[in-house]
Amino acid sequence: MEILYLLIPLSVVLVFIVGAAFWWALRSGQFDDLDGPAYRVLMDDDSHPQ
Amino acid sequence: MVATAYQDFGRSSGQATSPSACFHCGLPLGAQAWPVVVNGMARDTCCAGCQAVAGLIAGQGLDAYYRNRSAFAPTAAGQRAVSKFLEFDLPSVQAGYVRQVDADQSEVALLLEGVTCAACLWLIEQRLLRMNGVTAAIVNFGANRLRVRWQTQQVKLSSILAAIAALGYRAQLYDRGRSEILLARERRTLLWRLFVAAFGMMQVMMYAYPAYVADGDLPADIERLMKWAGLALTLPVMFWSATPFYRGAWQGLTARTLNRDLPVSIGLITAFAASLPATTGGPGAVYYDSISMFVFLLLGARLLELNARTHAARDQDWLARLIPVLATRLPRYPDRLQREDIPAALLQPGDVVEIRPGAPLPGDGVVVEGNSSVNESLLTGESKPLMKRPGDNVIAGSVNGSGVLAVRIARVGEDTALAGIVRLMDRALASKPRLASLADRAAAHFVFALLLVTAASAAVWWFIDATRVLPVIIALLVVTCPCALSLATPVALAAATGNLSRKGIVITRGHALEALAKATDVVFDKTGTITRGHMSLIGVLVMGRLSSDAAIATAASLESASGHPVARALVEAGCNLEKTPVGALRHTTGKGMEGIVDGQRLRIGSPEFVAELTGVAPPLELAFVSDEVTTVALGGEGEWLALFTLGDVMRPDAKYVVESLSSLGTAVHLLSGDRTPCVARVATRLGIAFFSGNATPAGKLDYVRKLQAQGAVVAAVGDGVNDTPLLAQAQVSIAMASGTDVARLNADVALLTDHIEPVLTAINVSRRTLRIIHQNLLWAVAYNVVAVPLAVLGLVTPLVAAIGMSASSLLVLGNSLRLRDSLTSAASRE
Repeated sequence: MEILYLLIPLSVVLVFIVGAAFWWALRSGQFDDLDGPAYRVLMDDDSHPQ
Repeated sequence: MVATAYQDFGRSSGQATSPSACFHCGLPLGAQAWPVVVNGMARDTCCAGCQAVAGLIAGQGLDAYYRNRSAFAPTAAGQRAVSKFLEFDLPSVQAGYVRQVDADQSEVALLLEGVTCAACLWLIEQRLLRMNGVTAAIVNFGANRLRVRWQTQQVKLSSILAAIAALGYRAQLYDRGRSEILLARERRTLLWRLFVAAFGMMQVMMYAYPAYVADGDLPADIERLMKWAGLALTLPVMFWSATPFYRGAWQGLTARTLNRDLPVSIGLITAFAASLPATTGGPGAVYYDSISMFVFLLLGARLLELNARTHAARDQDWLARLIPVLATRLPRYPDRLQREDIPAALLQPGDVVEIRPGAPLPGDGVVVEGNSSVNESLLTGESKPLMKRPGDNVIAGSVNGSGVLAVRIARVGEDTALAGIVRLMDRALASKPRLASLADRAAAHFVFALLLVTAASAAVWWFIDATRVLPVIIALLVVTCPCALSLATPVALAAATGNLSRKGIVITRGHALEALAKATDVVFDKTGTITRGHMSLIGVLVMGRLSSDAAIATAASLESASGHPVARALVEAGCNLEKTPVGALRHTTGKGMEGIVDGQRLRIGSPEFVAELTGVAPPLELAFVSDEVTTVALGGEGEWLALFTLGDVMRPDAKYVVESLSSLGTAVHLLSGDRTPCVARVATRLGIAFFSGNATPAGKLDYVRKLQAQGAVVAAVGDGVNDTPLLAQAQVSIAMASGTDVARLNADVALLTDHIEPVLTAINVSRRTLRIIHQNLLWAVAYNVVAVPLAVLGLVTPLVAAIGMSASSLLVLGNSLRLRDSLTSAASRE
């Protein structure tokens, strides 16, 4: 059980790291448009001439 | 790729596209079609604009757009010429909008108009990314916004705007100061708080779980460790995510009201304070899992609420966008050669500006030079352009026609008539509807009662079992839900208001929705509501060599310079036909016009006036024309060519609206100043049982008073100054789009489209709104009646309480948000 003394603080640190990652994602505008990407995937733009 | 079949879709109501609709925008084709080849197939479009856009899309290899779109494109008829965008390259215009990213890159946010479906944003992005020098183009589908980044050395902002315009969309520089932006920032912060709470909740739950399942078998040191870990992750939830609730509660207290945030805050703080000693080794339980879950679910509800408000703000914001960004000032007027382009916001009263053809007006003012027709439809509802001459007043936001005008600005910014209308909309948002303030007051009483009950149960439990006091009061504070009262009602009203304003129905006073929903009688004023309120061409009788289309085209060309209502009706009838060149045009006041067409002298006007030219006896048919319509003749030397009959025709949707209103159980009344037989005929044709002719404004007022004395809730629909008393007397008033300013400013509901159907839509939506509010209240009562006794008896743990309360809030919110996009079927039938 002693391993928990390492794992639990580690999980707390992990949460803070994930939080920071989300903060970055939010700042870079990834959550500004929640509707567009769902439609965007339907458009295949590899057929156009270059 | 194989040529796929293109989808057929109706313009929103699911009707199949007829072959006679424009391939690009779906509008019906006129006499002349403009062909375009897309993916090897010949298609017809309705105008040169759509042809050009479709040709460009196909030519760029972007025709996948047509396969993937789910709605027609905006029509490209009458789009702006590309050269018009050059002004956007000026540093003074770009200031405040364009952001310098680095030494040679700039970025701008644009507001897009005309985006109808997801394929549009693909089209715009693809087109821009293929331009040399554009490094990024990202469309935000939800907000209709476009962010472009470009190399300033290689491409100019004007070319980017022109490329968007060439696709048939309109892009405007996006002002950062708008309420929508503030809401967007608020949304970001809220999302961040929500995420912190969500992650805290998940992880804290993990730490709490062993204690639940182990049921006391957990080693004491591990349990302490778990508690400490829970505390570590609850701290950000408690002191960052939950701060809006503390602030709300504090604001409520300083304003001496008890709001929904107060029990939430007390519950959170109590739970947190009770958990601290337990963490450091003292007795009792920790509630970190309850705290973080409660905060997470409440913030989720707040996010939904904020989304509803953002939508409502966006729906109401479009009017403010009518003012152009730029104005051309003539600093040394009357010297018209020296001109400077300045941001419209910097104009001062007294400045003289030049208004180019097709440009919107930057401020209210007086024409000092030039003649042009000006379209004021968005402000006055007058759908036909008005002829403006020196000395005439013009208003900000109206659009100049074909002439160049010099205008002395009298009022700018907040003083303009346009700003007045925007304020009108804001008034509706600010004035709290009776329903909402009622809900607020009820919520305050509710919170007060809740605090009393909490204190009482705490006292009782103190004597029964002191260790259970804290769990009981936490559960009680958390489980009770004033949300249905104080949250769901405003959200329902905002959602309905936003929904209506998207359909061109502006609610200008808070009580309007409630009164509309309860309306038992709808009173129409005939002129301008049931009928169009202005002359339209009813019939054409050709007598000579011309076909009826040719006769209308000739008449329209002859009348094009006249501002008379009859002339305007003829010009309107002929607007889709090719113009006939007219020479030596002469106007005889009160009689008609004379001009030379194809080398022949022609006259149009009263039969007597035309008879002077023809020298032949008037056609016998004249005797059979009813007195109720106006007759106009067209003739040349020695011949009569055509007779036109004009009158105020009934709106095509009038019958449908009257029938639907009757089937909803609403009594329909028709009042008019017209002669009684005339009114009776209209009433019979529409199936209106109650009508009254020869009505003076005072008579109309009496009529409504009598109805009200019998207990009726009256909704009045009118358009003119003479309807103002009527509109004021009725419990709720609706002003038509074609109405006068006075009528519109005083009405509770202003229609922006020139149809009568929105009256029906407004009543339908308002009834639905009221129904949903009632459902929510019913739910709130039922929920609390069950939950409060259970919590008082100590049967609810804080965790269950958090889930129950949040589920209840989300339920009422979700129910309210149904109003946001409903009832499109009735509105788009026409």
